[in-house]
Amino acid sequence: MKISVSVNGKSQEHDVEPRTLLVQYLREACALTGTKVGCDTSSCGACTVLLDGESVKSCTMFAAQADGGSVTTIEGLANTDGSLHPMQQAFHEKHGLQCGFCTAGMVLAAVSLLDENPNPTEKDVRFGLEGNLCRCTGYHNIVEAVLAAAAAKEAK
Amino acid sequence: MIPAAFDFVRAESAAEAVAALAEHGDDAKILAGGMSLIPLMKLRLATPMVLIDVARIRDLSYIKDAGDHIAIGSLTRHRDVEISELLKAECGVVSAVTAQVGDNQVRHRGTIGGSVAHGDPASDLPATLLALDATFVVTGKSGHREIAATDFFEGFLETALGSEELLTEIRVPKAGPSGFNYQKFNRRAQDWAIVGAVAVTVGGAKKVGLVNMGSTPLRARQVEAALAGGASNSDAAQSAAADTEANQDLNASVEYREHLSRVLVRRALEAATV
Repeated sequence: MKISVSVNGKSQEHDVEPRTLLVQYLREACALTGTKVGCDTSSCGACTVLLDGESVKSCTMFAAQADGGSVTTIEGLANTDGSLHPMQQAFHEKHGLQCGFCTAGMVLAAVSLLDENPNPTEKDVRFGLEGNLCRCTGYHNIVEAVLAAAAAKEAK
Repeated sequence: MIPAAFDFVRAESAAEAVAALAEHGDDAKILAGGMSLIPLMKLRLATPMVLIDVARIRDLSYIKDAGDHIAIGSLTRHRDVEISELLKAECGVVSAVTAQVGDNQVRHRGTIGGSVAHGDPASDLPATLLALDATFVVTGKSGHREIAATDFFEGFLETALGSEELLTEIRVPKAGPSGFNYQKFNRRAQDWAIVGAVAVTVGGAKKVGLVNMGSTPLRARQVEAALAGGASNSDAAQSAAADTEANQDLNASVEYREHLSRVLVRRALEAATV
């Protein structure tokens, strides 16, 4: 079936099998490998992308369901001049990662979280990221990064 | 993990979805948010030949004041239920329990109707809607029919929904600013409830729903009867496991689940009295 999806602001048209998962589509058809397949069971959140601005798990969605929608992956988050998105900058400054496997999903889940709750408490951040697992046990700095990004946004 | 191949049909209206169900019969499954169905398909525990995508039927996504009840369109996403001011004011338990379904990403996709139609006894919402004596409206070729929540859940992942019917609306009573509480017991964030207990007061009567204590969501009828007869919360909660048929699995034995049900029902009742 033919689908048309805006990926990181660029219009993409592909003929896909209906069973193609969104994460497969992004990695294989669009060659955007920043989005990771972790658990493949919608538990770990490594595959998180934004669909029409909201966080979703791209391993548990068919590409066909995103037809006509707008997807943002980690590759599409930074500004066109190469400067980092405030959430990426905060992860960088607070060292919110170790191995980096969960990072793309963490950052996008956090962007969506702040969009819905611009002034979260630490508890809000921890609950808000419950769908994203970090196996380096790096949650402390991730939470610090999200709170720093929220504060930076507030200061603007 | 890639699902078995299927044909993809997009329905733009409830009538189109019902017509597609009639055409494809048992070979077809309705796809709403896909948060229950897609994992089953990836594990090939479900291998429908045809998926009928209903997620774009906009007029089945709403939360309305319908006089004596609140009407929720079956395709209303969990996120929209969670933040609905109308539900928070009139039937707050539905919003509060929905906020504990899955995680943010799941609640951005999953729908209340999908959760009900899937009929999982370990799900948070079916037991809550059962406790509320909700009514489900289903649409078929010959029109609408209403099914009481007490008649809807028939067995493990089996409901009274006909193979050519689409769940279109969930009706919940106006409980007003009554006390409610949901106790979800799990070992890790985002896990299914090992056992859950929901307590809510509707029209002065306390209702209690049980999650994951049998092959269907359950009501703790004996607890409700004891409370109506004047028993204290802790005394009434002692009969929480009566008439249940809990399973044993890696997380819990039958005895442990029964113990949890008594403790969680007591906690839910105590917290709901505030």
